[in-house]
Amino acid sequence: MKPLFPVGSRVQVSDRETAGHMRTPRYIRGKTGIVERQCGLFRNPETLAYGGDGLPKQPLYRVRFIQSEVWSDYIGSGTDSLDIEIYQHWLNPAD
Amino acid sequence: MPHDHPHGPTIDPERLLHYQNMATAVRELLIEKGILTETLFETKIKEMEDRGPALGARMIAKAWTDSEYKARLLSNGSAAAEELSIPVDGTHLIVLENTKDIHNLVVCTLCSCYPRNILGLPPDWYKKRPYRARAIKEPREVLKEFGTILPNSTSVYVHDSTADMRYLVLPLRPEGAEGWSEDDLAALVTRDSMIGVSMAKDPTIPTRSKKKEP
Repeated sequence: MKPLFPVGSRVQVSDRETAGHMRTPRYIRGKTGIVERQCGLFRNPETLAYGGDGLPKQPLYRVRFIQSEVWSDYIGSGTDSLDIEIYQHWLNPAD
Repeated sequence: MPHDHPHGPTIDPERLLHYQNMATAVRELLIEKGILTETLFETKIKEMEDRGPALGARMIAKAWTDSEYKARLLSNGSAAAEELSIPVDGTHLIVLENTKDIHNLVVCTLCSCYPRNILGLPPDWYKKRPYRARAIKEPREVLKEFGTILPNSTSVYVHDSTADMRYLVLPLRPEGAEGWSEDDLAALVTRDSMIGVSMAKDPTIPTRSKKKEP
């Protein structure tokens, strides 16, 4: 797997329903953010957790979200942000 | 460490007890079957207990006094730890710098991911649901409960440690400790300040044990 999203890309987290061991928290699904950095390639925890080999490795990103866009009732500054690690197969390009 | 902030309901204690029992049962079976030994468990537990916030404090104090080390720490936290002979066992450590304009806060909403090589075992509140749920949604409220009140001109950056990275906050160097040695500065760096829930200690307030992290 090659990293598809350079730093600064706008990406949307997939909103799919899942069961089992996922590392994409529900609260961030469907939200749009900016790639803060590429973290490298890592084995996929979704198969690794069940005795699989976690291959192919997935590019991992840190994606930055603006807090007021994540929580409609957020109290704080408009520049407050939330960075989360998300694997590439959970990201789609956003316009 | 003081623990005086309020909690909502935590995990069902009976459920926790079940997993504690299961962990003990698995451990006993592993020893009984000769797969692992009691000594190995003891060694590993000791290794875990020997790691603690003093390691992180050394890194922070060095970064406060050596701008080149600080640059290396911010660009590659793991390499900067190893430079001080702190083993990281392959952990990918990201160091987040607090400034007057930015305050960083670390949480793991999914479980209890924590830079154990650098800070030791996480505090109980870090693993419990109230902190994990609230730190992402109302970080300023949570910070206030830890005594950290920030103006709106300071941005709060929350970092949810969901996967393979681990995070250490580089707290703002407090004023009033100019010319201090690295060892004395390290005594101002608390575990909580490296998670981001509080600031480093105020050097102008005398403490009973200046040199030792409680």
